[in-house]
Amino acid sequence: MMTSMQRVLTAIGQQEPDRVPLFLLTTLHGAKELGLSIRDYYSRAEHVAEGQLRLLAKYRSDCLYSFFYASIELEAFGGQTIFIDDGPPNGGGPVIHCAEDIDRLSPPRVADSPGLRRGLETIRLLKERVGDTVPIIGSVVAPFSLPVLQMGFADYIELIYEQPERFARLMAVNQAFCVEWANAQLAAGATAIGYADPLASTTNIPRALYLTTGFPVYRETIGRIKGPVALHLASGRGLPIADEIVAGGAAAVGVSALEDLADWKSAVGGRITVMGNLNGIEMRRWTSAQAEAEVKLAIARAGRGGGFILADNHGEIPWQVPDEVLLSIREAVDRWGRYPLDWVAAP
Amino acid sequence: MQQSANELHAALAALDRPRIEELFGAAVRRDGAMQAIEELMVPALIRLGEEWDSGQIALSQIYMSSRICEDIVERRLPPMAAERKSHPRMAIAVLSDYHTLGKRIVLSVMRASGFEILDYGRQEVEPLVERVLADAVEILLISVLMLPAALKVKAVRAALDARNARVKIAVGGAPFLFDPQLWREVGADAVGRNAADAVAIVRRWSEARP
Repeated sequence: MMTSMQRVLTAIGQQEPDRVPLFLLTTLHGAKELGLSIRDYYSRAEHVAEGQLRLLAKYRSDCLYSFFYASIELEAFGGQTIFIDDGPPNGGGPVIHCAEDIDRLSPPRVADSPGLRRGLETIRLLKERVGDTVPIIGSVVAPFSLPVLQMGFADYIELIYEQPERFARLMAVNQAFCVEWANAQLAAGATAIGYADPLASTTNIPRALYLTTGFPVYRETIGRIKGPVALHLASGRGLPIADEIVAGGAAAVGVSALEDLADWKSAVGGRITVMGNLNGIEMRRWTSAQAEAEVKLAIARAGRGGGFILADNHGEIPWQVPDEVLLSIREAVDRWGRYPLDWVAAP
Repeated sequence: MQQSANELHAALAALDRPRIEELFGAAVRRDGAMQAIEELMVPALIRLGEEWDSGQIALSQIYMSSRICEDIVERRLPPMAAERKSHPRMAIAVLSDYHTLGKRIVLSVMRASGFEILDYGRQEVEPLVERVLADAVEILLISVLMLPAALKVKAVRAALDARNARVKIAVGGAPFLFDPQLWREVGADAVGRNAADAVAIVRRWSEARP
C-alpha cells in the first residue's frame, strides 16, 4: 500500500496510484476534536497541529491542511478578524479605506505577523510528526483576490474597472507579500500551496477582463513560488479559463460543484490534476447512501487514468458537516476508489 | 421596444454607460419613466440575472451594470418619488454576515426597477426582527454568503411567527444556490437565484396581495 505522499505524487504525475487520493479539507473540525472554541483553537499552533493530526487519524485523508482562515492575511496588513461560534472567521473590515491608501500600502513582512508565525509553526509541528509520508498543504489568498478582504468586494470591482494604475500597484504589493508567505510555508515544511483565487472565477469576473488583470498576476506569482501550487476558485466556475489555469503553472485545480468533473478532465486531463467537487453545502444533510453515491459519481467522472484527487468543491468543509458524513465519504473512497477502476466504463 | 431591450441588454453587458443613458432616455421621453423601467430596464436586468445564473456573464458585470442603472433611474425617479412602488412595504438586509456585495446588487436592481425599499444594512436576528416589526415591513429580502448565516434565517422566521407578523421572506446567496432545499428548510417563502429574481418575487407577491 502506498503512503499518502506516494499516492498523491502518483496522481499528480498523471498515473493511477493504489486508490483515488482523498483531500478531506477539514479545518474547523479540528476545534471540535479538541473541544475548543474556534477562536481558542486558532490561538495556538499546537492546537491546530494536534487538531489536524487527530482528523488525519480519524478520516485518513491524504493530506494535512495547515490553512487557518483567510483573514489571517488581513491581520498581517493591520486588519482585524471576527470570530463566530459555528463557522470560519471573517475579515473585520477593510484596511484600505480610500483609493489613496493603496499609494501608501507596503507588503507586510511574514516575520512581523503573529498569525502568520503561528501558521508556520503549525507546519513545522506537522512536518516533525509525519515527515514525508503525508503531504502538508499550505495556503495563500491570491494577490488578485486578497483585495476583497483589504477593501471590500464592491470597491475592489470598481477599482479594477476604473483605476488600472492603482490596481497594478495593489497587485505588486500583494504579490510581494504572497510570494514571501507561500515560500515561508514551503520552507517550514509544506509540500504544496493552495492558491485561493475566487475572483479569477468566471462566476465573478469576465474572462476577457481576467486575461488582462488577474491572469498575469497569477502566472507571475506562481512562477515565483518555489513549490507546487493548487489553484482553487472556491466554488466558482473556471472552465472558460481552463487553458489559462494550465498555462499559468498550477499543478492542480479545484473544481466547483457547478461544473462537471468530466468536462474538466476532458479540458485539462494529462496536463494538470483535477480536484473536487463534492458539494460541501449539501454535504451537511447527506445520508450515508448519498455520500457513497456522490463519491462514486465523482470517481466515475474523473478517476480513470489518475490526475484526480477527490475533494470538496470549496477548499474547506463547513463546520456543520457531521462526522458521520465524513466517515461515510472515507468508507466510500475505500470501497470505490481502488485502482484499476474496473467498475467505471471506459470513456 | 423589444429591439430597444436587446440593445439595452447589450449596452449593460458591455458597461457602455453613454449608450445605456441614450436608450433609457429615449424610452422615458416616449413612454414616461415608469413604463420605460417596466418594459425596458426590468427585462434587461432579468436577462442579465439569468445569464449570470447560467454562467454566461460575471458578477462584476452585474454589479457595475446595476449601479449604472440605479444611478440613471434615480435621476429620473428619485428615491421617495410618488411613482415608485413602495407597497407592500419592503426591506433588505444582510443577516449575520460580513459579505455585503449581494445585498448591494439586489438593492441596486430593485431601485433600478422602480421599487422603494428600506436598506437595513447588516443585521443580527433580534434587531432585524424588531426593525421589521417597527416599520411594518411585509416583504423582507435576506442576503447571505456563509452557511451559518443562511441557517439563521430559521431564527428570523421563528421570531416573526412568534409575534404573529405576516412577513414574506425571500432569501438569496451562495448557500441557497448550492443547496436547492435550504430555503425551505430555513422557513423562507422564496429563493432568488440572482438579483433580478428579487424583482420577480416581489412583483408576484405584490400582485397576490388581497
